[in-house]
Amino acid sequence: MRPRIPVGSPFQLLLLAASFALAGYAGVRLLDDDWFGVALWFVGAALLHDLVLLPLYAALDRALLRGLGTRRERAGYVRVPAALSALLLLVWFPLISGMVESRYRSATGLPGDVFLARWLLITAVLFGGSALLLVLRSRVRRAAKQRPPAVH
Amino acid sequence: MRGPGFTSVLGLVLLVGITVLFVTGLLSYAAYNPDLSPVNDKTPDKGLLGFYLFAWPTDPHWLYRFTQGVHVTLGITLIPVLLAKLWSVVPRLFTLPPARSLAHALERISLLVLVGGALFEFVTGVLNVQLDYVFPGSFYRLHFYGAWVFFAAFLAHAVLKTPAALRNLRGLRGAPEEKNDLVSPRPAEPTVSRRGALWFVGGGSLLLFATTVGQTLGGPLRRTALLAPHGGGEPGTGPNGFQINKTAAYAGITAADRDEEAWRLVVTGRTGTVRLSRAQLLQLPLHSSALPIACVEGWSTADQWWRGVRLRDLAALVGHEEDPPDVFVESLQRHGSFRRAALRANQVADPRSLLALFVNGEPLSPDHGHPARIIVPAAPGVLNTKWVARMTFGDL
Repeated sequence: MRPRIPVGSPFQLLLLAASFALAGYAGVRLLDDDWFGVALWFVGAALLHDLVLLPLYAALDRALLRGLGTRRERAGYVRVPAALSALLLLVWFPLISGMVESRYRSATGLPGDVFLARWLLITAVLFGGSALLLVLRSRVRRAAKQRPPAVH
Repeated sequence: MRGPGFTSVLGLVLLVGITVLFVTGLLSYAAYNPDLSPVNDKTPDKGLLGFYLFAWPTDPHWLYRFTQGVHVTLGITLIPVLLAKLWSVVPRLFTLPPARSLAHALERISLLVLVGGALFEFVTGVLNVQLDYVFPGSFYRLHFYGAWVFFAAFLAHAVLKTPAALRNLRGLRGAPEEKNDLVSPRPAEPTVSRRGALWFVGGGSLLLFATTVGQTLGGPLRRTALLAPHGGGEPGTGPNGFQINKTAAYAGITAADRDEEAWRLVVTGRTGTVRLSRAQLLQLPLHSSALPIACVEGWSTADQWWRGVRLRDLAALVGHEEDPPDVFVESLQRHGSFRRAALRANQVADPRSLLALFVNGEPLSPDHGHPARIIVPAAPGVLNTKWVARMTFGDL
């Protein structure tokens, strides 16, 4: 007997066929000018995210947890400000890095060299705030330990 | 922590959010009136994708400011949600066997279109608002056709997955979470709860929102948009000190081009052509209207107080006394993609639509379009042509 390829749900097949047809209708127009460049960006964005960005931040996070050893429960105090700062850098990289500075300044009439300083200040506030929170919470916890249990 | 519950919450947020992004994106496309004239249309091969186009209204006058502010601000705010969603489903990338059935194989190909499309749309949008034009081609074409490719895959994904996501969400409030392939078979000791992780994602969104939305709200709140391209401060002080899309220098407009002695506005219509100096324009009835500048990049200004000649009065001057027609506007600009723009009859007829000569009580500055500029309620910024040289009334 010949091996049979399972087809799967007919509804799913129809839905996906319709989806591909619409994507194809728009896709030929998307690829009309510079098909290689656009395809590179489209597939490249997915590959860059899945195979570079995601493994990179996951690995950094693992390294952080390993480095903290027994103080793992405090990971959030580093993780949260670091991730938020990295997120801002990721989104606003062209402005923060200064790579569009001259075009930005000449087009908008606004100073283009302020973004790095602002990002650094926000990063300082994020880490500083997190450090403050860590100190305050440790004190509260220590004070709670030292206080004799309340008698009811 | 990673599991169907976390994925479902993020998925449902994206279902609503991306639908709003798609609708506001289509509205922005319609706002350019691409079916009116080739100069407004960066996508002449759109075919059926322009099926819904309609004459963009002039009411309410903040319409484009609102729809495009939502589009860009919401898009930026959703970035952490998208990243977290992709993180939560990454085990599926390595599912074995690669396909259980033909339908499953097609679904996995569709997911490549979905993920590639989502990232393509977010990346091109985020780069464009920062004037980083490194993408391969015209932003309008890439972002519009890319949106349709992405939305085709998004629709199929939403139909296939929303029922399960809703089921999972109901499950979160009762029965223990179903263990599927998103949950690690050998999970490390958790360092954060699902609730904590959702707060973390929400915090990222809140931070992006808080440092961006001020560029759309304007006024004193613009200072809070610390990293947004049109946040922080204004480009100057005084009546002309509000946000500029492209300065005169950037557009290649020289002082000689704008010289009031030499400059003439050429107006053509049914009864011929008239040439008007700025002094002659000042002799015509002047009217005022309070209108914002709202850019496709998502930033906008509060209402500015413009003063100038009504577009419909200019139409009447060249033989269109009744029912003002469309108008084709040309700038002194020698290059730049919107140096020529078409306005539809309803925009010309609106009494608030002006060829502005003054703003906030002073003559226009060079960067805001001196000697004269168009200002139309609810129109995208680039259709408010600056440094106007020629206006041709008539059906386009």
